[in-house]
Amino acid sequence: MRMELIQPFIDAADAVFSESLQAPAQIADLTMDENAYRRKGVAAVIAIKGDIEGRVVLDLSPEVAVKIASQLAGTEVAASEQVVRETVCELANMVIGNSVTLLNDQGFRFKVFPPEIHTREEGLASTVDTEALVLCLETPCGDVFLNIAMHYLKRRTRDRDIAPVVS
Amino acid sequence: MSQFATLLTKENKIVRYLVVDDSVFARKNLIKMIELFGGEVAGEAGDGLTAIAEFNRSKPDVVLMDITMPQMEGIEAVERIVRQHAHARIVMVSSVGYQENILAALQKGAKHFVQKPVKAEVLYEILRYVLSDDPAASGPAVRLPAVLVEEQSS
Repeated sequence: MRMELIQPFIDAADAVFSESLQAPAQIADLTMDENAYRRKGVAAVIAIKGDIEGRVVLDLSPEVAVKIASQLAGTEVAASEQVVRETVCELANMVIGNSVTLLNDQGFRFKVFPPEIHTREEGLASTVDTEALVLCLETPCGDVFLNIAMHYLKRRTRDRDIAPVVS
Repeated sequence: MSQFATLLTKENKIVRYLVVDDSVFARKNLIKMIELFGGEVAGEAGDGLTAIAEFNRSKPDVVLMDITMPQMEGIEAVERIVRQHAHARIVMVSSVGYQENILAALQKGAKHFVQKPVKAEVLYEILRYVLSDDPAASGPAVRLPAVLVEEQSS
């Protein structure tokens, strides 16, 4: 995967966690993975369709989700399955929404779908031509994982506009 | 005590809000801010279809509307609400803030846009502007599409 697809996710995660948790997120680890993704905690999957297609997974442990929920609420939040799911989905929405906004500003056009919680034990497969980037972000509440698997489907608008005309 | 002066309608009444977002978490967050601004929650909805029904039932002063939602998305809900209620004040609240989205929402009748994560002070300024109903008032800084800026200045 090319850096121009990855950088917006790093920037968006940093912006969202800085704003929500009042502290920047640090990249603790960054690896490429060709194997199916196995969730580490509770994972929200967001599908992307358009010039770029693929999926992004935001994954964190229930304990970290409750800490983040408490931080966002400004008060201690009791742990429950619903709180964990809600927190993971909303974080996924914010990080991925902000990322695709940055990608859209670069000229890519696509649609984002609402997050779905991934509960299966088996992994989420990447396609043959789409290896996944796994990003571990260190936040004050604990580690948050982003798994990004995307590929170009079409050239972006700006490249299409400058393509030479063949007669 | 809240750092924000209470927002009131032109008739000096407490502002009533309809909060539309498929995430309960996001709705709670917005409701917390509405309370900070001295407002009242007239209703909640988790998708566009329910939002239309809730609007007709509760007749809110302001709608805070997410874009990406199941069943019916926010932009379609805006179009259908504004078709029936031309003066509806709808503010889009979404993490997906690219220009086509903002422009589509504004063209369908939304009054403004705020990107998630929402900062209370930014939302407050936007609500103050939207409640003023004064097109000549200087609005809060928000990244509007160039096309719309041209439309507004002409």
